[in-house]
Amino acid sequence: MAKKPVPFDVPVLGDFTDTPAVKPGAMSHSQPFVAKAPINEALGYPGELVDNWQQVGVEKLGELVKGSRALRVYLDSCVKCGACTDKCHYFLGTGDPNNMPVARQDLLRSVYRRHYTLAGKYLPGLVGAKEFDEQMLDDWYKYFHQCSQCRRCSVYCPYGIDTAEVSMAAREIMDTIGKGQKYCNEIIGKVHKLGNNLGLPEPALADTLEGLEEDVEEEINVAVKFPLDVKGAEVLLVTPSADFFAEPHIDGLIGYAKVFHQAGISWTISSHASEAANFGLFIGSRDNMQKVAMRIREAALELGVKRIVFGECGHAWRVGYSFLNTLAGPFDFLDSRYPVPQHIVEVTHDLIQQGRLRLDKSANDDKRVTFHDSCNVARASRMGDKAGGQFTLPRDVIRASCNHFFDMPADTIGEATFCCGGGGGLLTDDLVELRVKGAKPRMQALKDVNDQHRITHMAAICAICKSQFSKVFPYYGFEMDQIISVHQLVGDALVFPVDPG
Amino acid sequence: MLISAILYLAAIICVLGVGRKVYQYAATPAPLKIPTTPAPTTRAGVVWRMFREVVFFDSLFKASKFTWLFGWLFHAGLFVALLCHLRYFTEPVWGWVALIAPLSKYAGLAMLVGLTGLLGRRFLVDRVRTISAPSDYLMLLLIMAIAGSGLLMRFVWHTDIVAVKQFARGLLSFDLNALSGSSLLFLHLLFVAVLLLIFPFSKLLHAPGLFFSPSRYQVDNPRERRHTGGQASKSANSAVSQEQKNG
Ligand code: SF4
Ligand code: SF4
Ligand code: SF4
Repeated sequence: MAKKPVPFDVPVLGDFTDTPAVKPGAMSHSQPFVAKAPINEALGYPGELVDNWQQVGVEKLGELVKGSRALRVYLDSCVKCGACTDKCHYFLGTGDPNNMPVARQDLLRSVYRRHYTLAGKYLPGLVGAKEFDEQMLDDWYKYFHQCSQCRRCSVYCPYGIDTAEVSMAAREIMDTIGKGQKYCNEIIGKVHKLGNNLGLPEPALADTLEGLEEDVEEEINVAVKFPLDVKGAEVLLVTPSADFFAEPHIDGLIGYAKVFHQAGISWTISSHASEAANFGLFIGSRDNMQKVAMRIREAALELGVKRIVFGECGHAWRVGYSFLNTLAGPFDFLDSRYPVPQHIVEVTHDLIQQGRLRLDKSANDDKRVTFHDSCNVARASRMGDKAGGQFTLPRDVIRASCNHFFDMPADTIGEATFCCGGGGGLLTDDLVELRVKGAKPRMQALKDVNDQHRITHMAAICAICKSQFSKVFPYYGFEMDQIISVHQLVGDALVFPVDPG
Repeated sequence: MLISAILYLAAIICVLGVGRKVYQYAATPAPLKIPTTPAPTTRAGVVWRMFREVVFFDSLFKASKFTWLFGWLFHAGLFVALLCHLRYFTEPVWGWVALIAPLSKYAGLAMLVGLTGLLGRRFLVDRVRTISAPSDYLMLLLIMAIAGSGLLMRFVWHTDIVAVKQFARGLLSFDLNALSGSSLLFLHLLFVAVLLLIFPFSKLLHAPGLFFSPSRYQVDNPRERRHTGGQASKSANSAVSQEQKNG
């Protein structure tokens, strides 16, 4: 892949990740496209910035604080200890002080203080309280779109202050006053209308799946099915729509299909809920998030399935694991022997434990693999029944599928994992510089493990991560096809009897 | 007399203000499950997580050993110093209070060392300097003044302990005694009053806040128990949700 000419300096990887000096304004030119009126209006927001936006914005802030204990506590409790200041990948990659989590929160906190606290009302200068003016809105739009809501900061904050919650609130306020972000809002509109982020209508989806069936059969001579809207199937698979056509995602989908096939589990995709991703989370809109989540319930009821399984997608798993039961439950109509929902990695892991999959690790002997813990899986959800299962299960599955696995340095994986740099609604071409720079800490860790173990591939379980890495790898001297799906490894290692009868 | 009035006023405002905040935190819904994972899957696990957070500053330890060391020294010193002050309020002095009384000077010193480290960090680390408001420096200076004046009375200009005790017990029983002591003691108490006064309106709210931080106190069990976060259940089924707690 030829590298594109770049209008910015790509960070240089050194021997270790160092904390940059503060460079005020380093990323003040970075902001995503603003959504046009019809896009905002489709989601029920004003098309353009309303006249009295300051007042509306401040009122919305008050309303959000009243409705969220997290927000209220987080806005009051920060002691400015600085523990989080060197934890955000966007700060580490850019040095812009507004990308320090506490400074990002302060953009909102200063307005909150000015309007909702005694000290801020009477002594604004003393406590850093500020007006919600044009300059402030400008900073909000820029820097709340330089946060991938990855929660790394919340791991290290002595009070667990989660900047992601603050970013979500800020984005919701901006939507409410008519300053929405194009990428996210456009996508949410498509989900509401067509059931998936790509705007793929049902016939196109059916075509794609049929094509896949033919390809796989040709390759391995086994009639692996990719069922769509099959009533009475046991499992409803909800997966990011990128799995239907994007590389390397699609090989992951093939992997899931092979797992189901070999285990003899009947499954189906739903055209009504042909998308696992839920961008309602990114814009902090409970209403949109709930509406998107409800499609899954509706599809499960309509198809009469017994289980819901999520494909590889980071934030989708957060919404699925942590919120689905709240937003669209209870799911007492499903088989109570299985958690609702289940992650495909949990399904595969269980099957491996039960000896129901035949895996030949040597099929992947050409690969030397490392694993990227997706931030939303790592810090906002779980797999299996023990805390930390989200780290062990995927690694178990990878180890069962290949012989050469190596972890990146310990302070860059697990709960300390670095985001890919493209999460939280930032995976758009108008933010490429941010995405490349924000990927720096992850790339440094990849370089470290590569220097030691000559890695050929990085496996991931998140659609956004996969797209993001294929985009930024070339900037750092890796090849875009070095990122793969965990279930590609599984799929390639699965052994099928020569004659399936 | 004046100082008694100031202390009473400060204490009342502090208690009412913090009480109001705690009520607010408790009454505000937590609509979604957002513990920072990996998180405990049981209540008991959460109690243990919070205990480690409160006593050892677990997360801060992960984040920065320097800040942890000085922050912990300061808070531990403060805790011990407070306990030692019980000797001014109990008669006869409780046994264990008498036992730890000799620690008070080390506690005060630990506070000062910790505070100095934290203040130094605010000046010297560019990231921390950037995020510091005037109030952040003043807060440290105020507490340093409290600890400093206390230590001075201990090591340099000794105060009449018996008189202090009379004054303190008087405060408790609303039997007001004039404060017969040095002006240093007056200052010490005045600073304490200021601290109490600003407690409910400042970042000192981190103390009650920690216990209401959903990323820390929530149990990681969203699939097992349907979380409704104190909100009217917006369930799609007519079935009532099993769980109304924030658990
Ligand atoms: S949530 Fe992630 S991206 Fe946002 S401020 Fe925290 S560390 Fe940075
Ligand atoms: S770690 Fe927490 S308390 Fe410390 S500065 Fe950051 S957000 Fe504030
Ligand atoms: S894209 Fe991947 S790493 Fe990045 S925000 Fe999502 S889950 Fe996190």
